[in-house]
Amino acid sequence: MRPTDYTLKGALEALAAGETTSVALTEAFLDGIARLNPRLNAYITVTAEKALEAARASDARRAAGQAGPLEGAPLAIKDLFCTAGVQTTAGSRILGGFVPPYESTVTANLLRDGAVFLGKVNLDEFAMGSSNTTSASGPVENPWSRANDPDTRLVPGGSSGGSAAAVAARLALGATATDTGGSIRQPAAFCGIAGIKPTYGRCSRFGIVAFASSLDQAGPVARTVEDCAILLKSMSGFDPRDATSADLPVPDFAAACARPVKGLRIGVPREYRLDGMAPEIEALWQQGLQWLRDQGAETVEISLPHTKYALPTYYIVAPAEASSNLARYDGVRFGLREAAKDSDLRDLYERSRAKGFGAEVRRRIMIGTYVLSAGYYDAYYLKAQKVRALIRRDFEQAWGKVDAIVTPATPSAAFGMDERQDDPVTMYLNDVFTVTANLAGLPGLAVPAGLDAQGLPLGLQVIGKPFDEEACFTVGAAIERAANFTALPGIRA
Amino acid sequence: MSLDAATVKRIASLARIRLEEEEVGRMQAEINGILGWIEQLREVDTDGVEPMAGGAPAGQPAMRMREDAVTDGGIADAVLANAPDRQGDYFGVPKVVE
Repeated sequence: MRPTDYTLKGALEALAAGETTSVALTEAFLDGIARLNPRLNAYITVTAEKALEAARASDARRAAGQAGPLEGAPLAIKDLFCTAGVQTTAGSRILGGFVPPYESTVTANLLRDGAVFLGKVNLDEFAMGSSNTTSASGPVENPWSRANDPDTRLVPGGSSGGSAAAVAARLALGATATDTGGSIRQPAAFCGIAGIKPTYGRCSRFGIVAFASSLDQAGPVARTVEDCAILLKSMSGFDPRDATSADLPVPDFAAACARPVKGLRIGVPREYRLDGMAPEIEALWQQGLQWLRDQGAETVEISLPHTKYALPTYYIVAPAEASSNLARYDGVRFGLREAAKDSDLRDLYERSRAKGFGAEVRRRIMIGTYVLSAGYYDAYYLKAQKVRALIRRDFEQAWGKVDAIVTPATPSAAFGMDERQDDPVTMYLNDVFTVTANLAGLPGLAVPAGLDAQGLPLGLQVIGKPFDEEACFTVGAAIERAANFTALPGIRA
Repeated sequence: MSLDAATVKRIASLARIRLEEEEVGRMQAEINGILGWIEQLREVDTDGVEPMAGGAPAGQPAMRMREDAVTDGGIADAVLANAPDRQGDYFGVPKVVE
């Protein structure tokens, strides 16, 4: 078997059986990156020397009988996670040259468990985007292309587009990602892989460059649902350095993948059936529900009446929090500084921020500043917080009737790099099915379930109760088994 | 509600983002497009609804308080390591007081 063809679980088993080594795996992925990254642009920074050194140390630990749960597995890290001694850009010019002196909790947990980091992967600037076209390091290309139109280069989705493209093209066994409105699930769906945003508080946010603190959550993307379960187990856990970290035990997520769905009640929210929704998305959704019924689950129609207000609510709450979080980029303490000869301090701030932030980030900071400004706070921000409470309540009422909810992951398959770039609101609609889970703090998993007429992957989403990622894994794995999704992208190592 | 050019400039100033005169019109149009779309929240009845602060799901505390104690410090070199203009143990900035 070619080393890049392993799933994470398969690689860990092969390592344990002595059939391969971390060095062999790492070399294979680095070779794939060298060949394909010039086109895909999934990696911003490749830490080849460090990776090989870590792989050798990992093989030595294994030989000494000290193998951790992820021992020797080469992973990609979204360039939003601070990594000690390795440049971290958040896809922005304003963090150019920033080398964190500390390690994020999530990446520290992965290192503790034996993982090997291949490098830092691309993203929309500050994780603001759904197409990975706003990165200061340039756009990422989706390794998939349309069967009838192979020359049109497609977006991988965003903001975790580098994470998803790297895993789909087999340039890593798995990757870390983050999700504020759909940034794990939408790119996973666009790239034909699995990904989960866990419950808010499950993964520590310490050391992750902040976008919207009440919505941001870290999670994994990987080739299979079970691989995501293995990664999430390592990434999760209580962290006193994040005041919103949940002090709860971390279950064995991988075990949940093997549980039957028989007897589970699966909610089907009627408000997710959108006017003008592509027939193949609707058909895939119905197929997914049928697969679950075939395995003994019961499907129940439910109502989440405030669904249509989720995106406008998000586009008040997220920019408001972003405008506050991004106030720290001032050209003084780290990152880009821009000044004219006669600049005073205020002019230095204004020039540094104008030059350092891209158009989408500037736009969101402006919106956030406006909705928080005197005289408008109640009409916009407070109103959004109240509607957010109603969205959360919709789900609370649904949990009385169902154990998990299944919806489409995205309203379309991956689109072209030049499409949908003119109007911000059109781009925002990508997250229509995913953003509710962020607003309500719930876990959401994306699983590849089929192909559209052009041969592009489509995904389904499983939303779970608070801290019941296990239900997401159980239902997601059942869909995965039934879908038997074996299609592969044209570009892969 | 539609923002005029003067308001857009005022927001940019509050946000400390330099906005060139020729950028105002486009920024104004984009922000007004987004705000117009957000207006639909007005139709939601939120009387008596407690606003949701923080991201915790229902039944979870929004935030945990820790003991008010110093947990870190004495790492000036690490704090200053990325400074664009380090001066001794200080961040250098343009002259503020004449």
